[in-house]
Amino acid sequence: MSQTTLPPTAYAPGASPPDRSPSLPVGLARAAWRMVTLNRKVMAGSSIVGFFVLVAIIGPFVMTQDPMRYTRNLLAPPSAAHLLGTNQGGQDLSSQLVVGTRDSVTWAFVAGLAVTVIAITIGLVSGYFGGIIDDLLSLITNVFLVIPSFPLAIVAVEFFSRTTLTIVLIVALTNWPWGARVLRAQTLSLRSREFVTAARASGEHTWRIIFFEIFPNVISVVAASFITTTIQVLLAIAGLEFLGFGQSSIVSWGTMLYDAYSGGALLIGAWWWFAPPGICIALLGAGLALLNFGIDEVADPRLRRRVRLVRQKKAATA
Amino acid sequence: MRRLLRRLGIYLLAIWAAITVNFFLPRLAPGNPAAVVFDRLAQHGNVSPEAIKALEIEFGINTTDPLWLQYLKYLDNLIHGNLGVSTNYFPSSVGDIIRQDLPWTLTLLTVSVLLSFTLGTLIGIYMAWRRGSALDTILSSLMTFFYSILYPWLALMAVYFLGYRFGWFPFADGYDIETTPGWNLDFIASAVRHAILPALTIIVSTVAGWMITMRNSMITTLSEDYIMMARAKGLTSRRVMFAYAARNAILPSVTGFAIAVGAVVGGQLLVEIVFSYPGIGYALFQAIQSQDYALADGILLLVIIATVVMNLIVDVLYAVLDPRMRQERSA
Repeated sequence: MSQTTLPPTAYAPGASPPDRSPSLPVGLARAAWRMVTLNRKVMAGSSIVGFFVLVAIIGPFVMTQDPMRYTRNLLAPPSAAHLLGTNQGGQDLSSQLVVGTRDSVTWAFVAGLAVTVIAITIGLVSGYFGGIIDDLLSLITNVFLVIPSFPLAIVAVEFFSRTTLTIVLIVALTNWPWGARVLRAQTLSLRSREFVTAARASGEHTWRIIFFEIFPNVISVVAASFITTTIQVLLAIAGLEFLGFGQSSIVSWGTMLYDAYSGGALLIGAWWWFAPPGICIALLGAGLALLNFGIDEVADPRLRRRVRLVRQKKAATA
Repeated sequence: MRRLLRRLGIYLLAIWAAITVNFFLPRLAPGNPAAVVFDRLAQHGNVSPEAIKALEIEFGINTTDPLWLQYLKYLDNLIHGNLGVSTNYFPSSVGDIIRQDLPWTLTLLTVSVLLSFTLGTLIGIYMAWRRGSALDTILSSLMTFFYSILYPWLALMAVYFLGYRFGWFPFADGYDIETTPGWNLDFIASAVRHAILPALTIIVSTVAGWMITMRNSMITTLSEDYIMMARAKGLTSRRVMFAYAARNAILPSVTGFAIAVGAVVGGQLLVEIVFSYPGIGYALFQAIQSQDYALADGILLLVIIATVVMNLIVDVLYAVLDPRMRQERSA
């Protein structure tokens, strides 16, 4: 079982022996670097996402202006003093955008994570146990899959107090079925594999089998579903905030858009008020999508290589 | 047939679940939403007793009935299309408002979804066929941006730049007020012109999804042996592309259609708001802003049920498209 006793000759001839084991942080950094440079799409995607995460972390310390402070400089177009201009309360929009980045990015990831945890639990449990538990959980999943999540979220959110936490909770509770269905299918195909049977035969606890034997095998599906979900919840949260369900005391991309719309930015022609938050949302989403497509290409070689037929035809016509 | 019946069961359950959520939430919610509605209603004076009764049933106040009886009465009300009165448009009933606004939303939705689906699928087919070409690369990276665009934001941009700044299209309301709604040419022409920007917004925000789905599915299909066989037989490119590859590759797009439409409906509600379009989205926004709960709930319930019904239609369509499904049915 243990690999430490393998003699050096155990490596296949021609294959280079592994590097001398580096210290843990170096090893981790190297693994991370290998991960983000898998292919061009992953690299572009992780740079974009990394940029927004960085802004979310250090941005608010760099922007020294208070995003909520009212000034007399109303509706000023972009200038040196106000990089993205000001709104009708004279608030500096570049600070709002940067501080809003923290809120939007954080909550999108938190909600994405919450959805993923729900989806993992329901998908794996349903797929592993089968029988009546699966029937019941699948039924619930399928039922909620056909109910459109955004209108359902509005139904749920309208009666409750308008805080970001409410929105995130409701978005998490309305967006899990898709991931759960995908994970259930994956688990179903793994359930009868030998290593699972072996684990069961050796008397491992059911929860251990599900989360330590099966879960590592679906981690790529989980990653893909986490990324897709994060895009979805980013848009859903911003959408609900645009409808006016946002918390009035905080700044986020969604509340900025709501303020701009309800503050009549369109009629005034203050494009600098509503354009940047939407661009940020689309950019962050694009970064996540790129990451996802890049991972897809790694997982599915057919998406990577060009179809041979096309190539042959080109060669023939050349 | 069994599969279809099972799906039908799921759709019925989904509708029931949506109705039940709609029933319980106002009762669970803090801050007594019903009181808000009644306060607003009281400002209008002379409210008919039936209207009050309907609202009492909807929100469960002034009643000593046990919960299950309230629930049955609520269902009975719904089945008879009685959704209460709107406080915004008093004395119009919620049903009247929805009947008046729904055609706008449905027309806009149908036209833009069909256009977007056709356009996206065709481009996706072509991208997969010419994969690796400059066109494919450029469109692919552009699409990742449009894939995650926020509908109302795109609507704001369209209104500001294409409508307000350049003045190319009308950007508010559903038609010119000089025209009289009805089957006359002036009105229809004006309605079409007013629908261009909202439809364009929805198409641009949704086309990327169809393109990506179709492209990836098409690429997978293109590596199948029967495609090579078809080519080896010397069939024309067009025939291989559409009759052999695309016909099979479109199945994931069809399965995803209903779920995607569910998402589009949510997005369209937001787009309508920005364009002050006379559909149910704009009515919903106003209802939310002024806490007209009866109207908001009526609209949302309708949207949910409509989406579920759309799912059912797609399921039937899928069975028609995929011969394997038909065989399973007869077996």
